[in-house]
Amino acid sequence: MRADLAKYKTSDEVDFVIVGSGAAGGIMAKELSTNGFRVVVLEQGPYLTEADFGHNEVKILAQDFLTNHPKLQPNTFRKTPEEKAKPQRAVVYGRLVGGTSVHFTANFWRLHEIDFIERSKIGPVAGTTLTDWPITYADLEPYYTKVEWEIGVSGLAGASPFDPPRSKPYPMPPLPTKGSGVLFEQAARKLGWHAFPAPMAILSQPRAGRSACINCGFCLAFGCEVGAKSSSLAAAIPVAEKTGRCEIRPNSYVHRIEMDANGRATGAVYFDENRNVHLQKAKAVVICANGAETPRLLLLSASKQFPNGLANSSGYVGKNLMLNGGGISFGVFEHPVNDYKGFAVSRILHDFYENDPQKLGFYGGGGIDARYDLTPIGFAMGALPPGSPRWGKGYKDLLAHNFQRTFEVFSHTTSLPVENNSFSLDPDVKDAWGLPALRMTYRDHPDDLKFARWLNDHGLQLLDAAGAQKKWSFPIDEQQFAVHLLGTCRMGNDPKTSVINKDHRTHDVKNLFLCDGSSMVTSGRGQPTMTIEALAFRAADRITDLAKRNEIA
Amino acid sequence: MKNNLSRRNFLSQGCSGVSAVWVSAHFPALLSAAKHARESAQSAAPKLAFFTPEQAVEIDAITSRIIPTDGTPGAHEAGVVYFIDQALTTFAVDDQPHYREGLADLAARTKELFPSIDKFSAATPEQQDEILGSFDEKMPAQRRPNRPRPGGQNFFETVRSHTIIAFLLDPDSGGDPSGTGWKILGRERSHMFQPPFGYYDQHYAGWQAVPAATDKAKS
Repeated sequence: MRADLAKYKTSDEVDFVIVGSGAAGGIMAKELSTNGFRVVVLEQGPYLTEADFGHNEVKILAQDFLTNHPKLQPNTFRKTPEEKAKPQRAVVYGRLVGGTSVHFTANFWRLHEIDFIERSKIGPVAGTTLTDWPITYADLEPYYTKVEWEIGVSGLAGASPFDPPRSKPYPMPPLPTKGSGVLFEQAARKLGWHAFPAPMAILSQPRAGRSACINCGFCLAFGCEVGAKSSSLAAAIPVAEKTGRCEIRPNSYVHRIEMDANGRATGAVYFDENRNVHLQKAKAVVICANGAETPRLLLLSASKQFPNGLANSSGYVGKNLMLNGGGISFGVFEHPVNDYKGFAVSRILHDFYENDPQKLGFYGGGGIDARYDLTPIGFAMGALPPGSPRWGKGYKDLLAHNFQRTFEVFSHTTSLPVENNSFSLDPDVKDAWGLPALRMTYRDHPDDLKFARWLNDHGLQLLDAAGAQKKWSFPIDEQQFAVHLLGTCRMGNDPKTSVINKDHRTHDVKNLFLCDGSSMVTSGRGQPTMTIEALAFRAADRITDLAKRNEIA
Repeated sequence: MKNNLSRRNFLSQGCSGVSAVWVSAHFPALLSAAKHARESAQSAAPKLAFFTPEQAVEIDAITSRIIPTDGTPGAHEAGVVYFIDQALTTFAVDDQPHYREGLADLAARTKELFPSIDKFSAATPEQQDEILGSFDEKMPAQRRPNRPRPGGQNFFETVRSHTIIAFLLDPDSGGDPSGTGWKILGRERSHMFQPPFGYYDQHYAGWQAVPAATDKAKS
């Protein structure tokens, strides 16, 4: 089977070189190769398979087996542009073929109509660059449906009264209801709220040669060893490779987009695993490297021609970073919930998705889920109630009692776009390849913190209504750590205030496209991957149209 | 950890007591560490790779206060000391000085708090708890010997993290193969489950919409 895989020389001018193979890059590869184009995907991480995944918490969580390594690729952090950034781990993303979609929780919420037009509806918010998207929910709806059917999403259409319109039901029923889901649903009903089966990018039934979920209990942060999690690795890359036109080239760390004198991209320059430098030539470049590495790559590609970084005439490359916020509350119950079995989330609610800032006193929207995403070591290190013994008999007894009886209520909330919140190049710190490290500048907008606390209080109310014998929350402080990497090369009609147009083409370079979390104009309510994938399907359609009309090269 | 907001933060830093040293660059050695732990725990004359036999007794005594043996097995029965011993000659080799200095510090604290006792393992469990508690910042100052910490992290916190990891690492992925820690948690030793998972979902009738008559969202 491997013998049929496409293999290109770097000197072959392929149709597209795609940087990154994650949620967006995997789908871009699948779509463009299926549409007949010759594609090379350059992925900085290794090409692992299901057989490589396991349940070793130290290897996965502490040794970064699947993620960017802080020693090789350090980050720096500061709250405001006036400060000097200090070395600190600020960003985690999947660094392997399939990217973050391999190890994510797989919550697959669509955005709602309001997410695209909120600025028009509520007016300006002080201290932000909040703006409408150049596309609407209706533009993206067919592609959300495509994600559900082609990548594999379990769920129940029509179960939430707050859901936006959809053209088709889910292709599969929801995953089983966990104990946390039962308690959450009963509590919501008491409070007059509307819990419904969580849409998850995890198979509830075998599909396309992949297994249904076996409820192993090691989901968030782990790769799925049976291919039930609908990662790009499981659901998109194999389709791309099967065309015979798509080469996935792992261990290829792209650090510059090559340009010619006419301002046209000619390919991507990368280190191979032996740190030799190559240029993969291509007629067009699509960067899907995530909301941190995409702007970093554009900034690394600065030249005489583009002194502020490639495609950065707006100055918006890396700006308007949004992380999503939220709060985590724990509850301990009388009987064993055994929520360690299975995937993380089986019930969510969207009663507080859209709120009136005038009534509330601040801006914000969100959703709440019931979940268990802790591993045994993670539980023992950090999921006992505050003030519990940390060692000794009391500690051991609490572990024995609480492990089976604890679950979490997690609220997910909006982040407002603030221009100073950004990714940029650190002037001093370098990575192991000698490239400037990623610098994060971030301070939550005050409304984001207010809303996160407000919604977290609702999570605590749920735990009360569910009959928790004990409940507590992590404190909600300013964030310094990013997983959702959104808004840093935003889409827009105005080249002065956006980096790409609604076809995902950069305003400045005709044959350079960007698609990933960086394209998002607003943050949604906390589960961006579904939207990133829908955008990738739509962008691939747009790019295919342009290429077929000879409007790219 | 300044930012407690995010679960993702917690997850990725949940093992942070270990990340710098415990899990540096030699991960596959975990497997052999676990194997070593079992073989050593079961054999009459345990083989030690890093600790002297005397040091091993001290470390075993510490881990036995962190997860004690009571009605059920604890760190001692899970061979935690042997896991740590093997780790310190393989993937946690950078942590050797930390342990050397920490053991010396432990001996000094023991002598300072209980002058008649010459080593930690010879103290009563109550005395041992007080000595270990002296590493805790929150302990009343008059009972906290004031001496510099070895390295960055508190020695006791390091041993605590290592003990929890050795005790609870997946027994089928490099952890203690007897699965002692998972038994204590009540975590079934399987990697495949079917619902119902627990008490609350066993009689669940399935999702139903909120009845229209009571539904605020529709009104």
